[in-house]
Amino acid sequence: MGIAFENQVAAPQLPSRPGCGDNQTGTHLPKRAGSLNGVIVPEQPGKNAIEVRGVRKVFGTGENQVAALDTVSVSIRENEFFTLLGPSGCGKTTLLRLIAGFDFPTAGEILLHGQDIAPLPPFKRPVNTVFQSYALFPHMTVAQNIGFGLEMLGKPKAEIEARVAQMLKLVKMEALKARRTSQISGGQQQRVALARALAPQPKVLLLDEPLSALDYKLRKEMQIELKRLQHETGITFIFVTHDQEEALTMSDRIAVMSAGKILQVGTPRDIYDRPAERFVADFIGETNFLPGTVLSKQAGVATVKFASNATIAAGYPEGFDPTGEVTLVIRPEHADLVSDPAKGTITGTLSNIVYFGTDTHYHVKLDGGENFIVRHQNSRSSPVTYETGAKVGIQFEEGAARVLKD
Amino acid sequence: MTTATLSPTDLSKAALFEAQAVKTSARRNRLLSLPALIIIGVFGVLPLVIICVYSFLVAAPYGGVQWQFSTDAYLNFMFQRDIFDDTLQFTPDFLIIYLRSFLFAVVTTVICLLLGFPTAYFMATRPPAQRNWWVLLITIPFWSNLLVRTLAIMFIIRDEGLINNALLALGVIDKPITMLYTNFAIQLGLLYAFLPFMVLPLYSSLEKLDFRLVEAAYDLYATRRQVLWRVIIPLSKPGIIAGCLLVFIPALGAYVTPLILGGGIHLMIGDLIAQQFGSGRNWPLGCAQALILMAAVLVALYFYVRNTSGKVQHG
Repeated sequence: MGIAFENQVAAPQLPSRPGCGDNQTGTHLPKRAGSLNGVIVPEQPGKNAIEVRGVRKVFGTGENQVAALDTVSVSIRENEFFTLLGPSGCGKTTLLRLIAGFDFPTAGEILLHGQDIAPLPPFKRPVNTVFQSYALFPHMTVAQNIGFGLEMLGKPKAEIEARVAQMLKLVKMEALKARRTSQISGGQQQRVALARALAPQPKVLLLDEPLSALDYKLRKEMQIELKRLQHETGITFIFVTHDQEEALTMSDRIAVMSAGKILQVGTPRDIYDRPAERFVADFIGETNFLPGTVLSKQAGVATVKFASNATIAAGYPEGFDPTGEVTLVIRPEHADLVSDPAKGTITGTLSNIVYFGTDTHYHVKLDGGENFIVRHQNSRSSPVTYETGAKVGIQFEEGAARVLKD
Repeated sequence: MTTATLSPTDLSKAALFEAQAVKTSARRNRLLSLPALIIIGVFGVLPLVIICVYSFLVAAPYGGVQWQFSTDAYLNFMFQRDIFDDTLQFTPDFLIIYLRSFLFAVVTTVICLLLGFPTAYFMATRPPAQRNWWVLLITIPFWSNLLVRTLAIMFIIRDEGLINNALLALGVIDKPITMLYTNFAIQLGLLYAFLPFMVLPLYSSLEKLDFRLVEAAYDLYATRRQVLWRVIIPLSKPGIIAGCLLVFIPALGAYVTPLILGGGIHLMIGDLIAQQFGSGRNWPLGCAQALILMAAVLVALYFYVRNTSGKVQHG
């Protein structure tokens, strides 16, 4: 039993070899959200590709006004894979459309390499978009689609042809270049859309949930493909998604958005392990929320008392001063089950066991009445089997608990 | 008997049943299409056959035909038989009317397209709830008779009409501009009558247009003009083709408009053909003229459709 738990604890650290992106280890797919792309990108003061300064976007007039973006500021570095992550309606697509130029901000500036592009029409911005619907031109062939941008830029014919050939090779679509876009599959259309947007060599590539229409396997393939393309082209990617797993596995940095605001910007590991707000913790991955009372604080670590009088050390974000009744956040994989309730920090009754293949979720009804989920990675040597209805204890890894703003 | 395997006779029986089922369903399908076939036969093919037969007969002195084979009707279209020596002389009168009609129809089609496209584009880009109102507005003219509407135009453009009176009152002109009974009047009437037939198919085509493609084109550095020519127009080609056909063909055969607004001075094909059945009392000639018109339209259509469609494919 002990061995199995150690396995689980060790798992998140294993693949975090610096410089080893998932694009090189194609067969090594992430077993769990956040475990693979734990590569921490050092905070380098690189040049900013896009700078969004105090941008507001209001739709409608009068009483029907809706602020889709509420004074958003964010900097996106050069050659970065940056993800805007949030539930639908959070304003992520609106922000993308403002950067592309399809909409204009109500207030604020959008800088591209230091130059304000907010008032420019889309055809004057060196920014290209991969649309959610792909938006391929149905009256053109694959090659014509890819060449369209270059043609509009007035490039010489020979250059267009060479570049289209290069792009076809990049997305492995040479064989289908003469096909109409209606004669190729969804995944192939996706590749063509990518090639079309990359062909004019934009400074920034915007991707509006480009993988959402693909089935699971194809989506996994395209995630790796996208990382490869970003790596090979060195273009800044701004990727919009509502899929937290996609965001965690692909991004250099993530901005979590909700209700027109950016709640937190950071590396996938930052976001997952040190969420700044309750919403972020809740949205990214599965999380347990437990009530507690702050007893004392020291150097960013609070001692919090559970209802059962047990205490736990919990970190909290900078600039936040937890006092009194607070909510603790604990990831399911940072907790362990023990069959002897006396050994657990908190105790409860096992109410449900859900088998997921790679791991098992244990649903525990705590003695205080709350529900708690423990995730346990399955291995060949898991010696202990639990039965529903059993009294169990729950132990926590060090640093598992955090106190967050509600 | 109780074995589960099927004997050859069972199999052939099953095949027979199946064949019978196919046969009955085919028969039922034929039966269901019968009403449509009857309508096409009675109102489409039969009149055409009658016209065709009549065009090869001899005109009776007081209208109608005499049952006697003759190709005179077709000869008369381009030639006139000399009264004295029976030689054929080339007379381009009918041909000129045909050419003028074609010209009117082409100009009508082109102007309708130029006016109709922006109109349809405007309608298609309104919020969905508003669009139906715009369609309703476009179809309002159909609620009253074309004859009445044409007469209304007459009242607007005649010498003592609205326009001339207004211009006189404003002192812009000191004597009325003659507009009625001119080519201009016919052209105006044709445009007015056929514009909706251009707008509606264009609208239905543009409404289906995926405007995300327009955004994609803008994103790929296409200017507004390039977006129009490279994306919007190619993708609305089915609507353009349908609209042009719906305007060109009826405009070519227009009868009421040139009759009223042209005052019978500037004839178009429709009036010419009508004349043969009325005052001309030459039914075979009328039939021949109608068939020649049809043949000309079919040939023109063939080339038009071959050159414009085929390149467009919707995904």
